[in-house]
Amino acid sequence: MTARQRPKYLDLFRIRLPLPGLVSILHRISGTALFVFAWALLYLLQESLHSPESHAHFAALAGHWLVKLFLIGMLWSFLHHFFAGLRFLLLDVHIASDLGATRAMSWAVLIASVLLTAILGVRLW
Amino acid sequence: MVKRVVTGAHYGLKDWLAQRVTALVMAVYVIVFVGILLVCPPQHYDEWRSLFSNRIMRGATFVFFISLFWHTWIGMRDILMDYVKPTGVRLGLEIAVVLVLVGYAVWAVQILWSL
Repeated sequence: MTARQRPKYLDLFRIRLPLPGLVSILHRISGTALFVFAWALLYLLQESLHSPESHAHFAALAGHWLVKLFLIGMLWSFLHHFFAGLRFLLLDVHIASDLGATRAMSWAVLIASVLLTAILGVRLW
Repeated sequence: MVKRVVTGAHYGLKDWLAQRVTALVMAVYVIVFVGILLVCPPQHYDEWRSLFSNRIMRGATFVFFISLFWHTWIGMRDILMDYVKPTGVRLGLEIAVVLVLVGYAVWAVQILWSL
């Protein structure tokens, strides 16, 4: 018997990533982004706290449009990581782990993080 | 003689649990912190500073940062294990991540205890 040649779609641009898969890979991407840019966030926290002069420096930095854009990116990364993380914790304890519920929750994670980023982003701009 | 690979198994469950516990600790901190910002938002520098120089808040923030960096180590190690196959490169990157995170922890302590 010859082995059947079954199609293997490991080409990332040909496979269709299921919705929970999208939430999962975004969890990794957002977590990595937060790690890579943590130095900038720690620096901003330090400047905001150290002295009145450094706080003024912080305010000037945070007022720059490029920094604002960066912070909005960090905000989305955090919110997505937060909500997707809560979803994973619920899945760990077998809440909403059947396919329909986990898909609905994936949508909720994606929409809630984008919507909250938009609302807070507009308010903080 | 014990023959085990340095990057071998058996501590996976402990890390898995640590990832969850640190996540919960951070979630509680963030929810309380956002609550504080909503109920009595600091209006200027003095209030912002006194929020963090408060004994309880400083301790909680310290615990948050330690949880954050521990959580980051587990997550980054998982990602490196999945995507970086050559052992030498992966080990190098893992060491870099550990050094960066230890540096961040020292920095966070300096920020909090210079208040």
